[in-house]
Amino acid sequence: MLRFIFLRLLQAIPVILVVITVTFFLVRAAPGGPFDSDKAVMPEVKAALEAQYRLDLPISQQYFAYLGDLAKGDLGPSFKYPGRDVNELISAGLPVTAELGAYALLVALILGGLAGIMAALKPNTAQDYIPMSFAMIGICMPTFLLGPLLVLVFGIYLEWLPVAGWGDIPGDKILPSLTLGAAYAAYIARLGRAGMLEVMSQDYIRTARAKGLPEWRIVVKHALRGGMIPVVAFLGPAFAGLLAGSFVVETIFQIPGLGRFYVQAAFNRDYTMILGTTVFLSTLIILFNLLADILAAWMNPRLRAQLGESK
Amino acid sequence: MSLLNVQNLKVSFHTRNGEVKAVDDISFTVETGKITAIIGESGSGKSVACYSLLGLIPTPPGKIEGGSAVFEGNDLLQLSEAELRHIRGRDIAMIFQDPMTCLNPYMTVGHQLMEPIIYHKGVAKKEARQHAIELMEEVGIRDPDSTIDSYPHEFSGGMRQRVMIAMALINEPKLLIADEPTTALDVTIQAQILKLMADLQKKHSIGIIFISHDLAVVADIADQIIVMKKGKIVEHGDRQKIFKNAQHPYTRSLLAAIPAGTKVVSGSQSEALISIRNLNTWFGQGKHKEPVKAIKDVTLDIRRGEILGLVGESGSGKSTLGRSILRLVPITSGSISFDGVDLTELQGKDLKKMRRRMQMIFQDPYASLNPRMSVYDTLAEPLLLHKIETKKTVEQGVLKLMDDVGLARAFVRKYPHEFSGGQRQRIAIGRALATRPEFIVADEPVSALDVTIQAQILDLMLDLGKEYGLTMLFVSHDLAVVKHIADRIVVLYKGEIVEQGSGRDLFENPQQEYTRQLLQSIPGRALLG
Repeated sequence: MLRFIFLRLLQAIPVILVVITVTFFLVRAAPGGPFDSDKAVMPEVKAALEAQYRLDLPISQQYFAYLGDLAKGDLGPSFKYPGRDVNELISAGLPVTAELGAYALLVALILGGLAGIMAALKPNTAQDYIPMSFAMIGICMPTFLLGPLLVLVFGIYLEWLPVAGWGDIPGDKILPSLTLGAAYAAYIARLGRAGMLEVMSQDYIRTARAKGLPEWRIVVKHALRGGMIPVVAFLGPAFAGLLAGSFVVETIFQIPGLGRFYVQAAFNRDYTMILGTTVFLSTLIILFNLLADILAAWMNPRLRAQLGESK
Repeated sequence: MSLLNVQNLKVSFHTRNGEVKAVDDISFTVETGKITAIIGESGSGKSVACYSLLGLIPTPPGKIEGGSAVFEGNDLLQLSEAELRHIRGRDIAMIFQDPMTCLNPYMTVGHQLMEPIIYHKGVAKKEARQHAIELMEEVGIRDPDSTIDSYPHEFSGGMRQRVMIAMALINEPKLLIADEPTTALDVTIQAQILKLMADLQKKHSIGIIFISHDLAVVADIADQIIVMKKGKIVEHGDRQKIFKNAQHPYTRSLLAAIPAGTKVVSGSQSEALISIRNLNTWFGQGKHKEPVKAIKDVTLDIRRGEILGLVGESGSGKSTLGRSILRLVPITSGSISFDGVDLTELQGKDLKKMRRRMQMIFQDPYASLNPRMSVYDTLAEPLLLHKIETKKTVEQGVLKLMDDVGLARAFVRKYPHEFSGGQRQRIAIGRALATRPEFIVADEPVSALDVTIQAQILDLMLDLGKEYGLTMLFVSHDLAVVKHIADRIVVLYKGEIVEQGSGRDLFENPQQEYTRQLLQSIPGRALLG
């Protein structure tokens, strides 16, 4: 088990290196630089700034210097927020984004899980078609459309919920979480339905029926575990998507999270901020994929035994 | 009064292609403390009849059209789903065919065992566990104290079936329905499970319905036998009557299909076509891992023109031996020569040329034929690939093969799913014969087939063997089948040859304990002689 985790972490290192390298050179290949602006800047000032942030060095030296700092856990200073470094900015934005992601995941699991199970219990009836149609809409509808739509209905027409903000007014966390979680709820509903349908047709479900168990008990005790394995395996990529998708939602709802910093950094050519956020997010995504894989394997006793053996 | 009294039961399935009468007006009774066997081929309605009693057939498309089934004063067919649920698993329990898929892989065996007694009788968890352990012990599971917390995959097939039996018996039901409970098991394990069921039935005095496609299996244990065909009961009576004095022609054909004869072997002995010397085939070799020694130091000759039967239980290495000869698995050491050529040295083109002379027939004709290729394509492919026929003559070649394996020429454009299991195995045999091989490895070619079909395929293989002058390695777990077809029999146990000889020698005078054990496991010896 430990060996398996160790190997996977080892494999992650080259992946992250590739991510860093590609991002590093891509942002520098983009036109413009962090200290370009509409106003004319005196050449001496610009040179001094570039020297301060090591931008005057040859690009290869910049690259290795960055890697050296990164190895020490230092993501470097921000170019746009003088006096603050990237580590600080990330740790300021992360809690908000993490909270938003967690709520959205919860929304996705509860809504999607329930819809999937309901649909699988009575396939090809209204109980199947109605939630699955919603799931289809959820997959097709982009967040930047769903968000304003929800705001329009629940915030402006009905005046039930606040239209923006995070943690300022009670209830202002509901709409962002719903907006971000909706598409994933739809994916989970479809995966859950397929998983449950597969399990419900297994011989051991017939055995459970022959034991005289009531239907709910068969679903909860016998079918749920096997049926939800594909959903659990999907949680890793889903989390990645949630993080990547959060910047849209954060922008729509004016939430001071990591996503907004990320987008602003891209506009500002804040090289270190872009790189730092990318590295940080890709590490998180790799970790969560690993966690989801371990969880899915652990849920299957047969795989669990194999994991245990491969010490 | 009978324990169960079924009268005029009719069940049909309403499909897109119209109504199918799965069970057509059958009546039978089951007595307490007796075993009633229901015999029939796949599709005869034997399982549907029993499942419909407990509300276990999918509705729709299934529908119970009429009849009654009185169990302890209640008509099961009139009960609501909730009422029926209280009978299922408490008064009437079931055992299914495949213990590999019928236990929940995500729950411990103990959990599954305790579930019915906790649910139906509200017994406390601790007490239920104690009861489960006792029952596991009774059905012959070793160390139940520790194995109760194991998952199904940690058990062998036979042990899983014991778990299923324990699970069915935990509420001390009055009626047990066993649907082909031994079909998926090895012949030695089958014998153990049959004995266990007979013992338990006497001890607990329960009524049993034993569903099977194989008359021989129930020959030793059934009190009463019902023979079904196409949804109807064609004959029923007590065991003696059915075996000694069957009236209906279908029953007689079932009896005749049980492979019973020993092949008479001509005295002449030809030279060896295949010589295997000190063959070892090991799997999973690693630096720190002990390899699985599937084949251990096997030395064996297969003579030209003979059918050599290879017998053993699952895991004995019999399939691996067949595959080693065809070089389908890498061998570890030793030599195999075919017609004087050392196969272990061959590479590339030479190997391909040699492969043409050796073919294989697999167990499951459903899985081994490409579902997207018509019979014509399946048979024409090897003919063209090995340049046996040209594009112009290939059609004649295909039709000749169809004739040889006894398939109507009109079927040549059909796809595998349109054929029955027996017909598919004929296609598979035709494909194997297409390259004009000298040697065929047949790996359990009839194990997946109904008994009557089994007999037809065996006869076909015997005829073709003679016509094509084939040498054959016939791999099977079923001694009765091998005895019927093979000139010589080799018994394999844990990768080693235990005993070899002619069918007659082996059956009348087995030298080794393991062979004796195998022989005693053949079902229905008492009545079939």
